[in-house]
Amino acid sequence: MVENYLPILVFIVLGILFGIAPILAGYMMGPSKPDSVKLSPYECGFEAFEDARMKFDVRFYLVAILFIIFDLEIAFLFPWAVVLDEIGMFGLVAMAVFLGILVIGFIYEWKKGALEWE
Amino acid sequence: MLEFIEQSLAWLPDGVVALVIIILKILAIIAPLMAAVAYLTLAERKIIGYMQVRIGPNRVGPWGLLQPVADGVKLMLKEIILPSSANRFLFILGPILTFAPALAAWSVMPFSDELVLADVNAGLLYILAITSMGVYGVIIAGWASNSKYAFLGALRSAAQIVSYEIAMGFAIVGVLLAGGSLNIGDIVNAQQGSLVHWFWLPLLPLFLVYFISGVAETNRSPFDVAEGESEIVAGFHVEYSAISFSIFYLAEYANMILIAMLAVLMFLGGWLSPFQGIPFLEDWFAWIPGIVWLLGKTAVFCFLYLWFRATFPRYRYDQIMRLGWKVFIPITIVWLMVVGGAVVAQLGPWFD
Repeated sequence: MVENYLPILVFIVLGILFGIAPILAGYMMGPSKPDSVKLSPYECGFEAFEDARMKFDVRFYLVAILFIIFDLEIAFLFPWAVVLDEIGMFGLVAMAVFLGILVIGFIYEWKKGALEWE
Repeated sequence: MLEFIEQSLAWLPDGVVALVIIILKILAIIAPLMAAVAYLTLAERKIIGYMQVRIGPNRVGPWGLLQPVADGVKLMLKEIILPSSANRFLFILGPILTFAPALAAWSVMPFSDELVLADVNAGLLYILAITSMGVYGVIIAGWASNSKYAFLGALRSAAQIVSYEIAMGFAIVGVLLAGGSLNIGDIVNAQQGSLVHWFWLPLLPLFLVYFISGVAETNRSPFDVAEGESEIVAGFHVEYSAISFSIFYLAEYANMILIAMLAVLMFLGGWLSPFQGIPFLEDWFAWIPGIVWLLGKTAVFCFLYLWFRATFPRYRYDQIMRLGWKVFIPITIVWLMVVGGAVVAQLGPWFD
C-alpha cells in the first residue's frame, strides 16, 4: 500500500523542479539591467513613505482563527463520512450532536458580528 | 510501450527502472496539462472576445493558434525584477510554492478506470491537503514583495481562499458520504447506473456550492478582488515580472482545470457515459472511451469559468465573505445531515 504513495512523492519533487526550472531559464535568457528606480516598490508613481508591512485589520486574524476551527471539524468529518454505512444510526446521531454544538458556536459568532465586513 | 522501456532499461537496477517509469508517467500527465493550460488562456481570450463581439487574438499563426507559444517566449525573454526592498529568498519561493502544489495535486487524479498514476485510498484527502498549500505561496509572495498593494492583495486573497475552503471541504464530505470512499475511482464507480445515478442529483446544493467555491478558490472572476485591478492594481503579484509572474498564472489555470475535473469526477460521473442505462443509445455510444467523456465534461466546466468572467460584474469583498460564511456554510451543514440521513436510510437509487 505504501508503495502507491511513491509516485506522489516523485510528483511533488518534480512539481518543485518544474517551478524552479522556468525561473532559472528566465534568469539566463532575460536581460538584467537593474537600476534603483526600477527596483523600488510600486506605489503609483510616488516614493514609498513607510514600510509596506503595516498594521492590518484584525478581522483577517478572526477569519484565520474561525477557519482553523471549521477546518478541524472537516478533518473530523472525513473518517466519519467514509464509514457511516457501517456505524449507521448511532454514528449519525453522534455526529448530529457534534455538529449541533458547532452550530451553536457558529450562531454565537454570527450574532457577535465576527462575520461582518462593511 | 511501457514494456519496451522496461526491457531497454533492464541493465539498470530494479529501483532505478521503477523510478524512470514513474517519472515518464508523470511527464505524460504534466505535458498535456501544460498544453491544456496554454490553450485555455487562448480559449479564454477568444471566447470572451466573441462574447464581446470582438474576434480576439488572430495574428500569431492560423486563428491565433500560436499565441500561447508567442506569449511563453515573450515572458521567458523579459527581465526578472527583484525589488530592492523585497525579501529575496521568499520572493523567489512564492511562485514555486504556488506552482508545485497545483501540479502535485494531479498525481492522484484518475483519467479512466485503469488510467491513474497513484491509486491511493486517501485520494480526496490528499487533494484537499495539497491544494490548501497554494495559499502559502500567495501569502509569501505578497509579504515578500514589500509593497502595499501586494500586501493588501495577499491578505484579501488568503482570507478569501480559506473561507471558501470550508464550504468546499463540507461539499467534499457530502461526496464521501455518498460514495463511501476516499478513493476517487471508487467514488466514480459508485455513480454507475445512469444520468440520474450521478451524485449531482442527491447532492445538488453541494454540487453548486462546490463549483462556486472552486471559482472563488482560484480567485477567478467574479470573485477576483485579490487582483482587483481597479483598486489594488494586480494584488499579490504586482511586483512580479516575466516568467515568475507567469508561473502564478500557470498555477491558477492548472487549478481551474483541476477543480473542473474534480467537479466532474465527484458529481457528474467522471468517465461514465451519460447514455448509460438508456436502451439503444447506450450501445451506439459504447465505443467512445471513458477518457473522452471525462475530458469533454471537464471542458464544459472550463467554459463555465470563462462564461462567468464575461458575464458577471465583480463582487464586493464584504459580499464575497458573506456568501462564503453566511450562505454556503449553513447550506452545506444542513445538506450534510440530509445526505447522512439518506445514507443511513439507504435511500435508493443512490445509497442502496
